Amino acid sequence: MKSSSTSTDTLCFHCGNDISGPIYTADDKQFCCAGCKGVYQVLSNNNLCNYYHYNQTPGQTKKEVEQHYEFLNEPKIFSQLVDYTDQNITLITFYIPAIHCSSCLWLLEHLHKLNGGVMQSRVDFLKKQVAITFNHQEISLKDLVELLASIGYEPLISLQDIVKEKKDTVNRDLVRKIAVAGFCMGNVMLFSFPEYLGLSSLEHQFQSLFGWLNLAFAIVITFYCCRDFFMSAWGSIKNKVINLDTPLALIVAVLFLRSAFEIITQTGPGFTDTLSGLAFLLLMGRWVKQRTYNHISFNRDYRSYFPVAVTVIKDGEEKPVPIADLNIGDRILIRNNEIIPADSILMKGEGYFDFSFVTGESQPVSKVLGEIIYAGGRQIGEALEMEIVKPVSQSYLTRLWNNEAFKGTDSKIKNFNDTIAQYFSAAVLFVAFAAAGSWWVLGDTTKAWDAFSAVLIVACPCVLALSTPLTLSTVLGLFDKNNFYLKNTDVVEQLARIDTLVFDKTGTITCPNVVNLTFTGRLSTKEEEVIASAARNSSHPLSREIVKWLSVKEVRPVFEYREIAGKGIVAIVDHQEVQLGSRSFISDDKDAADSSSSVHISINGTYKGFFKVKQQWRAELKGLIDALKPQFRMHLISGDTFSERKSLDAIFPPYVPMYFKQSPHDKLNYVKRLQSAGNKVMMLGDGLNDAGALRQSDLGVAVTDNINNFTPGSDAILKGEALAKLPYFIRHAKSAVRIIEYSFVIASVYNLIGVYFAVQGKLSPLTAAVLMPLSTITIIIFTNLTNRYFAKRNKLR
Amino acid sequence: MNILYFLIGCSILMALFFLAAFFWASKNGQHDDVHTPGVRMLFDDDKPEEEG
Repeated sequence: MKSSSTSTDTLCFHCGNDISGPIYTADDKQFCCAGCKGVYQVLSNNNLCNYYHYNQTPGQTKKEVEQHYEFLNEPKIFSQLVDYTDQNITLITFYIPAIHCSSCLWLLEHLHKLNGGVMQSRVDFLKKQVAITFNHQEISLKDLVELLASIGYEPLISLQDIVKEKKDTVNRDLVRKIAVAGFCMGNVMLFSFPEYLGLSSLEHQFQSLFGWLNLAFAIVITFYCCRDFFMSAWGSIKNKVINLDTPLALIVAVLFLRSAFEIITQTGPGFTDTLSGLAFLLLMGRWVKQRTYNHISFNRDYRSYFPVAVTVIKDGEEKPVPIADLNIGDRILIRNNEIIPADSILMKGEGYFDFSFVTGESQPVSKVLGEIIYAGGRQIGEALEMEIVKPVSQSYLTRLWNNEAFKGTDSKIKNFNDTIAQYFSAAVLFVAFAAAGSWWVLGDTTKAWDAFSAVLIVACPCVLALSTPLTLSTVLGLFDKNNFYLKNTDVVEQLARIDTLVFDKTGTITCPNVVNLTFTGRLSTKEEEVIASAARNSSHPLSREIVKWLSVKEVRPVFEYREIAGKGIVAIVDHQEVQLGSRSFISDDKDAADSSSSVHISINGTYKGFFKVKQQWRAELKGLIDALKPQFRMHLISGDTFSERKSLDAIFPPYVPMYFKQSPHDKLNYVKRLQSAGNKVMMLGDGLNDAGALRQSDLGVAVTDNINNFTPGSDAILKGEALAKLPYFIRHAKSAVRIIEYSFVIASVYNLIGVYFAVQGKLSPLTAAVLMPLSTITIIIFTNLTNRYFAKRNKLR
Repeated sequence: MNILYFLIGCSILMALFFLAAFFWASKNGQHDDVHTPGVRMLFDDDKPEEEG
């Protein structure tokens, strides 16, 4: 997985990151940070070093953020999270995004070695879940979660976790139907075989037995396996539309009725083999179509972002309370890095909020006492006391979800299958009635019935029902390999129809993780060393970047180091007082324009200059825009300020409309306006602030650098590094739709051959039984080959 | 030739038996996770003194 790096680099033994700062060592092994070293020591003390044998550097850098899990000891929250509990034993399933290799699996299944209270732990690798049975007398839920967090496997705890609410039952039901259909098909084929080969006189005595047995299987197939097709067809007829299931249900019904008629009246062997084969293939098609991702959730709303509980101060006591139980007037305690769950007034402390969730604006803003703070802001700095003024469900951000865009129906664009199904059904019915009518006029009523049913049987659109899911799921798999995850197969068709692209700025076309520093001012080598020595002690990402940027040789001893969260750091290095931090922190100038993206430096009270963070555009952004330019209308809509306008002008062509300082509602309405002008809009966004627009658009794509992070509800998730491939994805989606159309043409050729026999009323069961698999095999080969060809041509592999 | 009736009955019963076995396995969750057991079986057994 990881390319081996040059020998000059030192890699952390635990997580494999380059060691840029000081090296931590334990047992001759080198670590990048105290966190990694800590995990190693825990494991080595417990004889769990096998962890490092199965994979090299299996760990993940530990996040520095300290989490509070006191709320897990609240009985109410406890009971909502656990799967089962009695007096001693509790069973709980955690979703742990960090699970990624066999070492993780091994370690998590050996939890009992770390704590005797854990009785058993089982990992489901693909779902990234671990089911833990533990004795809650010996280890509390809070301690268990802290144990997991301490070894780098912090579970994601959320009361609304769609990952957990898997629709297993639906899938299992389908698998069961496929099994039954396969069973029936095998038996029916066996009993139909003598019929194909011609029966000898000896075998004639079995003919009626085979017939009755086949009929019995056909009953099971029709009434059990194909029930969904009838229900779906009935549902669509009630809504006065025709979907693909309508002709399918009709054909199954006709096949069954005619077979039953022939067998009961002993006039023929019936078409039970075709019926069972058809049912099996159709169900397989459904199964392929239902393929989804186990570990990615596409339907998240604000509840997944918000904490499970917040600390409420009541009568001087702190008590964790679930979000849903918060009331107006409650006094809540918000610590560093916690998210405000409801609109509230700041009562105590200095607020410094990061609203990037809500507005997309990346720079934190400071708030003073008495101000109303909207839900979704993340406090950076000291702990705050706030009073809730609006319930969670009525807060600014949450109201976005009450918007009608979130209640609309799911199918936004009618897919090829359903469109074609209407014409197809009409054509088939027309031919069937015409054939029956002509025979009727000619006076041959038996032939009329034969021809009518035969046309319906042979004109089966089963190829459509199979080629579409096959093609689309191949595309899904191909995109998956290229880090583009689609919610379902319908999205491929939507992707092919897109003509307008709307980009969000921050986090979507910029890299949130890459920091580009520039320094304004002058520093001597000695001063650089002093600054680096001080900054080295801080875990703040900017401090780390500064250390990396300065890359000094010598480290000087640091005394009296102090870090003020959200402000800066003060330290004495070599008898010199160093201050790093925001403008107001350095200069005591309260009016100084503050911006989190710059770090100001002063040494011994003398201002030395500042580091500025420049937003880094994603790699190949310019190339991406140039590639998209000729075919798509593009728009840029950002919650951020105008500050980057100049560099954007260099990337986007001049006619691209750009809007800044847009609220989440503005974005949603903008997409709506574009749609009402007849555009098929694809929205690319990253944060909760884009959630409305993503949902409203015809195809919402959440861009993220880590697919295990929370992303807003969307139709697709695109990994940041794959953004440059977007034109290829769209082109390939178009190819896929073309493949489906071609296979329809091929299928029609087979159908016409069948119809030629059918209208004459002389379709033998053998012809039907041969035609169907033949066309199916042709289609499977065709879609497979063309898919590969197009993938190569569209530069995806 | 009447033995064929018996054999046909046997073959259907056997097929039914396998179908039932499949149902039973599916109900017990054997097909829920088809990836992890394959990885799990590759781990060594724990020995009391294991050192890097």
